[in-house]
Amino acid sequence: MQFMLLFSRQGKLRLQKWYVPLSDKERKKISRDLVQTILARKPKMCSFLEWRDLKIVYKRYASLYFCCAVEDQDNELITLEIIHRYVELLDKYFGSVCELDIIFNFEKAYFILDEFLLGGRPRRRPRRMC
Amino acid sequence: MVWFFFIFIFIFTGKSKEAEIKRINKELANIRSKFKGDKALDGYSKKKYVCKLLFIFLLGHDIDFGHMEAVNLLSSNKYTEKQIGYLFISVLVNSNSDLIRLINNGLKNDLASRNPTYMNLALHCVANVGSREMAEAFAADIPRVLVAGDTMDSVKQSAALCLLRLNRTSPDLVPMGEWTARVVHLLNDQHLGVVTAATSLITTLAQKSPDDFKTAVSLAIARLSRIVTSASIDLQDYTYYFVAAPWLSVKLLRLLQCYPPPEDGALRGRLTECLETILNKAQEPPKSKKVQHSNAKNAVLFEAISLIIHHDSEPTLLVRACNQLGQFLQHRETNLRYLALESMCTLASSEFSHEAVKTHIETVINALKTERDVSVRQRAVDLLYAMCDRSNAKQIVAEMLSYLENADYSIREEIVLKVAILAEKYAVDYTWYVDTILNLIRLAGDYVSEEVWYRVIQIVINRDDVQGYAAKTVFEALQAPACHENLVKVGGYILGEFGNLIAGDSRSSPLVQFQLLHSKFHLCSVPTRALLLSSYIKFINLFPEVKATIQEVLRSDSQLRNADVELQQRAVEYLRLSCIASTDILATVLEEMPPFPERESSILAKLKRKKGPGVLPNIDDVRQEREKERSLNGSLDDGSDAASKTPFLAPCAPPPPSVLSAGTMTSLYPTADLLGPTAPPPSGGASLLVDVFSDSLSAVAHAPLDMSPASGPMSDDNFSRFICKNNGVLFENQLLQIGLKSEYRQNLGRIYVFFGNKTSTQFLHFTSTLNIHTKPAEATVDAGAQVQQIINIECISDFTDAPALDIHFRYGGTLQSFVVKLPVMLNKFFQPTEMVSQDFFQRWKQLGAPQQEVQKIFKAQHAMDTEVTKAKIIGFGTALLDGVDPNPTNFVGAGVIHTKNTQMYRLTLRTSRDTVSQRLSDLLSEQF
Repeated sequence: MQFMLLFSRQGKLRLQKWYVPLSDKERKKISRDLVQTILARKPKMCSFLEWRDLKIVYKRYASLYFCCAVEDQDNELITLEIIHRYVELLDKYFGSVCELDIIFNFEKAYFILDEFLLGGRPRRRPRRMC
Repeated sequence: MVWFFFIFIFIFTGKSKEAEIKRINKELANIRSKFKGDKALDGYSKKKYVCKLLFIFLLGHDIDFGHMEAVNLLSSNKYTEKQIGYLFISVLVNSNSDLIRLINNGLKNDLASRNPTYMNLALHCVANVGSREMAEAFAADIPRVLVAGDTMDSVKQSAALCLLRLNRTSPDLVPMGEWTARVVHLLNDQHLGVVTAATSLITTLAQKSPDDFKTAVSLAIARLSRIVTSASIDLQDYTYYFVAAPWLSVKLLRLLQCYPPPEDGALRGRLTECLETILNKAQEPPKSKKVQHSNAKNAVLFEAISLIIHHDSEPTLLVRACNQLGQFLQHRETNLRYLALESMCTLASSEFSHEAVKTHIETVINALKTERDVSVRQRAVDLLYAMCDRSNAKQIVAEMLSYLENADYSIREEIVLKVAILAEKYAVDYTWYVDTILNLIRLAGDYVSEEVWYRVIQIVINRDDVQGYAAKTVFEALQAPACHENLVKVGGYILGEFGNLIAGDSRSSPLVQFQLLHSKFHLCSVPTRALLLSSYIKFINLFPEVKATIQEVLRSDSQLRNADVELQQRAVEYLRLSCIASTDILATVLEEMPPFPERESSILAKLKRKKGPGVLPNIDDVRQEREKERSLNGSLDDGSDAASKTPFLAPCAPPPPSVLSAGTMTSLYPTADLLGPTAPPPSGGASLLVDVFSDSLSAVAHAPLDMSPASGPMSDDNFSRFICKNNGVLFENQLLQIGLKSEYRQNLGRIYVFFGNKTSTQFLHFTSTLNIHTKPAEATVDAGAQVQQIINIECISDFTDAPALDIHFRYGGTLQSFVVKLPVMLNKFFQPTEMVSQDFFQRWKQLGAPQQEVQKIFKAQHAMDTEVTKAKIIGFGTALLDGVDPNPTNFVGAGVIHTKNTQMYRLTLRTSRDTVSQRLSDLLSEQF
């Protein structure tokens, strides 16, 4: 996985995690472009798209879009399930998670993501957070 | 936390951006004063303020202090404080070199702490930052942590993934060593989490050095087999919505894709069994209605199919995979339809499943028409492209063309390229090809790139059977009141070259053709106008009767005084050229374009470039290979990559102004840029017009009458092409291309032979000798270079055999030699003779002796087209006499053959309703 972005329907970034070294400028440009591309898509469209030379896998949960960029040979469906698993974990921790939980407990959201994904690969089922 | 309350208030009550900034600045000032304050902060407040800074940073504001405090947090022995410290570092510290030493120090302490929680935090931080400095500091330590016997499972996982990350960011720093063997054995670990992490790591390392990790294959297959066959309850912890360890399965299948199918029979059988089980499971009813269940299951399935395609060795599995994907093509989940189309695309390139894929053509075409999502439609186009072959090319191209009309703008150009490639690759008759491309220009002219219309012209020039049709079709297409500029370019070019082929019809007489082209002139851009001007001058050569009209146009102020220097120059030069040059010179300068050397289609190159390193290139390659094997039109798209620059008429390259400066022959040569870069270099040709006719030639070969056929393999595949033509490619293989340009006048001839080196290495000891005379060619041919050899010929008496050219050279140490027949035939020495009906029949009767007449009636090999026939007769060397025979279906030609002995042969041939073809020429020459 190259990076993961969480953003709202208004296009505001809520969480970003980069697994490739990029300058801030590139990161900003990529997120801006990608957020626009995805927000322009209609709800029934498929969750995968080709974007530059990456595959984008995204899914919308309530008001939040979860979006992962994976390499060409990576499996799209399993990436979709990585997203879902992450959402399940957030849900378990916060108890029916909502966007506000992620805004105000961003550090928890990051910790959970780090526990779950390391260097862009799922790692294990996280233990209870301390 | 209390402070969230504040921030909450200002974010959600603050009306404006300014208010927010003001509030944040206040907060920042507060934090700064706390950090700078006299009394040392306790761990909790330090954590609190660092956390606030982080929050402010994530809101999109710059933070320029607090790094030190964050680094201090690393040495705390409270988990939450460490955690915030590490988070701050991984989010904010990218390569702040002042701090990196301090950070590394903290990391080192934690790694050595033997406390698994702290070790994990440190490994996370290394993996998340992954900078070079960190790689330098830790790349040697982490493998040790990974394989140490007493390391906790969770730490092993982190260490494996951390190493993976470092390997990706700075592969040179990760040392390979004895630990690699032990990493492979982690695949046997009890803990599935460790196995998952290890599989990821091994997959990446194996891509770099497959030999080191060969042993992983058997372990991976054993592991996979245990997961696939186990009842899902066995793996309680790792069952995800009733699917056993989907992540691990996907990864193991991925790992196996780094290797060819195992050679060991038992192992191979076990793998096949696993793959079959996975395919079987897809048919079982779902254990849960949840989408997660089907996603996880299908993720494994798709990965298994990828492996099957990668191995490409088990026909039954490939066909089963194809059928499974076929089911998905009509699934209600858009995601599955998308993936099925994508996988099928790779499946189409396998020879075992190509036919199976083709059975789904209707479904795919339907998808193209009905899918609402453009990215799915795009996949459908890709698949159609991949499954296309000779049998379905017409259908697929037609569907793509009709889709093009409403296609999404973002993918139009790609579709245009694909249609152009398919039409060319699978064209059985080239009239269809011409129709398709013209349609393409009509439907999506704006998206037709230069390469596409260059290519259609290359093909028309190289195929004489389609030239008349092409001229007719573009002429008709140009009748449309509004036509795309690209069509004007193609039309201008083709009519300029082959307008004569349709000039016989009064509806497309020269004047009509010219007026039609000129009616578009004012609507076109400068490069197109320049091209049209070149067409006009070619018209002057083809049709002397419109010369005055065209000169009038060239002379008009809008041309001669055009603001654009290129147009002005062309107008001036062409006008002068048409005034001062004699018909002969005009005919030489403005001769028909020589065929282009056949090489990789520039369109294909463009599509590859467009696709980049990503999606499909290898499929194209595989397909191309296969095409060659099937020896379809392979020759059209192999060869070098340099085809992209093919400025035939060089619409943008102005002819050097020397045309005006002198009336010498050499000054005409700048117009040779009409021939494009593939034509002979002007240096050799400059003396052409002068030299050919002089008698004091240094190396005149007196072609004997009875040349014995040369020994050795004769290459004469292209020989017959030259019967009615003087220029072109005589011979071509992977190494060498031999081009020919020849000139004949009475009994003298001169042939320029061009040897082109197609390889990237030099040819040594290059000799090329004619079996009768030699004027040596240069001994070395540099890589990619071309050398020229000039052969002069004099016809002393009549002859039947063609001289043979012996070629020897060393290429990469091996001696290459072959023999090429030079297309010197009796009819080359024809001198066209114009005569009126009365003279003609008088001569005809003089040659009344029975052995002097040859008549043959044979079946037409090509369509019987008046224009083509005429062109062939003229190309044969005789003059075409119109109006001699009252029956228009009879063609009358006349010519004189000159030989040195000044024995005059008057050949008058009569053929009844036929195409004058090669066969007849054989017969003819034997009679003399």
